[in-house]
Amino acid sequence: MSQTPKLAVDMVDPDPIRFLDAEGRYSPSSSAADYAAELDGVGIEEFQQWYRDMVETRAFDTEATHLQRQGQLALWVPSIGQEGCQVGLAHATEPQDHIFPAYREHTVAKVRGVSFVELLKLFRGFTHGGWDVTDPANGNFHLYTLVLAAQAQHANGYALGQLLDAKLRAGSSALDAGEQGIATGEATMAFYGDGTSSQGDANEALIFAASYQTPSVFVVQNNGWAISVPFERQSRTPLYRRALGFGMRAVQIDGNDPLAAFAVGRRFMRLAREGGGPGYIEALTYRIGAHTTSDDPTRYREKAELEAWRDRDPVERMEAYLRELGVDEAFFAEVAEQADREAKRVRDAILQLPPPDADSMFAHVYTEAHPRIEEQRTWLERYESSFEADEEITA
Amino acid sequence: MTGSAPTVQATAQPVATLTERTELPLARAINEGLRAAMAADEKVLLMGEDIGPLGGVFRVTDKLQADFGSARVLDTPLAEAGIVGHAIGLAMRGYRPVVEIQFEGFIFPAFNQIVTQLAKITNRHDGKVPMPIVIRVPYGGHIGAVEHHQESPEAYFAHTPGLRVVAPSTPNDAYWMIQQAIQSQDPVLFFEPKAKYWMKGEVDPTAAAAPLHGSRVARAGTDCTIVAFGAMVAAALEAAEVARAEGTSIEVVDLRSVSPVDYGPLLESVRKTGRLVVAQEASGNVSLGSELAAHVAEHAFYSLQAPVLRVSGYDVPFPPARLEGMFLPDADRILEAVDRTMHY
Repeated sequence: MSQTPKLAVDMVDPDPIRFLDAEGRYSPSSSAADYAAELDGVGIEEFQQWYRDMVETRAFDTEATHLQRQGQLALWVPSIGQEGCQVGLAHATEPQDHIFPAYREHTVAKVRGVSFVELLKLFRGFTHGGWDVTDPANGNFHLYTLVLAAQAQHANGYALGQLLDAKLRAGSSALDAGEQGIATGEATMAFYGDGTSSQGDANEALIFAASYQTPSVFVVQNNGWAISVPFERQSRTPLYRRALGFGMRAVQIDGNDPLAAFAVGRRFMRLAREGGGPGYIEALTYRIGAHTTSDDPTRYREKAELEAWRDRDPVERMEAYLRELGVDEAFFAEVAEQADREAKRVRDAILQLPPPDADSMFAHVYTEAHPRIEEQRTWLERYESSFEADEEITA
Repeated sequence: MTGSAPTVQATAQPVATLTERTELPLARAINEGLRAAMAADEKVLLMGEDIGPLGGVFRVTDKLQADFGSARVLDTPLAEAGIVGHAIGLAMRGYRPVVEIQFEGFIFPAFNQIVTQLAKITNRHDGKVPMPIVIRVPYGGHIGAVEHHQESPEAYFAHTPGLRVVAPSTPNDAYWMIQQAIQSQDPVLFFEPKAKYWMKGEVDPTAAAAPLHGSRVARAGTDCTIVAFGAMVAAALEAAEVARAEGTSIEVVDLRSVSPVDYGPLLESVRKTGRLVVAQEASGNVSLGSELAAHVAEHAFYSLQAPVLRVSGYDVPFPPARLEGMFLPDADRILEAVDRTMHY
């Protein structure tokens, strides 16, 4: 594997699925051949859109880090370096599919229709959510989850619901041990990372997925680092091999190749929708930036490793591929300009957002009336208004 | 291949639900309540370990899989976090999962999913995503079992905003409260007093019981109030009967709901009697009893003739079965507290 930087544990096995090499040349790995048909009908316009999605997300991502440094965000979670697998996988989904992210899937959010302004509300400290997952405009993209691995179970529970709905439509009330999945027409994609793969919840989700043959696709972005702890501390085997052990279809892809992510994602999601059961994709990628703005990766990472992965940048790779396909300079200039404009728009918009009012603390703790909440809500209102009365007297 | 089970489709006949007043043990009352809820709403489904052909280790789900099929009564892998985590995803999809945790001590693998996720998801979604999930938890001692089959962990959940916590003490309440809990749009922890599973009482399916979170006066009296919930209500009533023979009139308040607490009947009772004894199986430190004592002190201070006394399990891990009789409060220990408050 000349193109993959050497790691202490051999996590590349034997040949991850790849269509574009690090220089952006179309050069499928032997493992990719089986998936090439998935790219049939995907034209240059689609590739240009993928490129645009990546560049706009990166510009936004960079702007968000600036906003955090200027005190406008409490925290930011950069995704730079991981846009490649995210854009391919996001475009591999269908509108009716559901997606459960961890908290670094900004490219996926964008592709599914979530606005960057709403995405930043969480990091500005205005909400624990940010966008309305029940609004079709947000593309069934669920909220970010901060206790990692919890979302793998919610995703697979959702997929179990998709399966039970299909059972109900088919007039069957049995879901027996050992039976095959059935066609659902929709599937669920769950994202997590190499660090999360150590959590019990993540492994239980795989067990339930295999047991019930849910229409789920688990995507593990293996970016090499769980904050400061290297992958070698999480596993002695490539992660996709663990999924094979759960009895699931599983592959490893070059996570910086959008084409590989798209092709495998499309295949796995289709199989899931058709009743072929769950799948697992390990995407080998790298977190170029910090874990979050509170992190300092220079304390634990070698510069040489970072540089080796910079050479495999997914955006540059896609750009090289597009140039090879004959896309001209004007396109790239226009995309860059549009990305800057969009980042500035998001910046202006986030600064204009009204902060939450105190009542929002109480409003949605329960769906139905709750005496203790009502009592405290009323008390706080009275307490706060007592200051207004004081101010009036002083004035 | 071993471990294969026959296909379980729902029965072709309409499922027969309880229609007339019937004397039932508490476990069977819950079973009938579940059956009624499932017959009324096809989105209600059950999940848990051994709840299918076996009917659960306490047989609470007896024959429900045969009635409704294995897609409505899901025997799950042995993984409590997975069960609750998947119930959350199902609720997001519009289902109303009723989860069985086999014994209260097994709820802790699911604690993260309950506390950091289930309790907060509706709030996180600005109210757009309700979480109508019921978690059934057989709890409490008096069954002579091992360490994690005898505990009373209700305070952990009552402490967590976003959850509702209830505990019936009679078969009729169990029948109705499980249905009310299933209808709730919020997550409900449903603590079942397992020592009373075989206690019989009349169940009346023709008239709904009190609201899910209402407390009730289980026995009227004038000299002292005992407040309890779940299995301890029976001990409180026994203590009240003994006290009557000794000339003390005791009022017993059955809390029914641990969170939120319906303080109305309790405060009214304390204002009348001037004395309060709280009886609970859980260890007393930072317990529901602590909260009740504080609340009554804040709201009925001038009515109190004596400090609120708590009768609780000791602040030690639940002891081996041979010592459970020493650990658990019973009528005698409650009466000891009644004597102290009467002679304060």
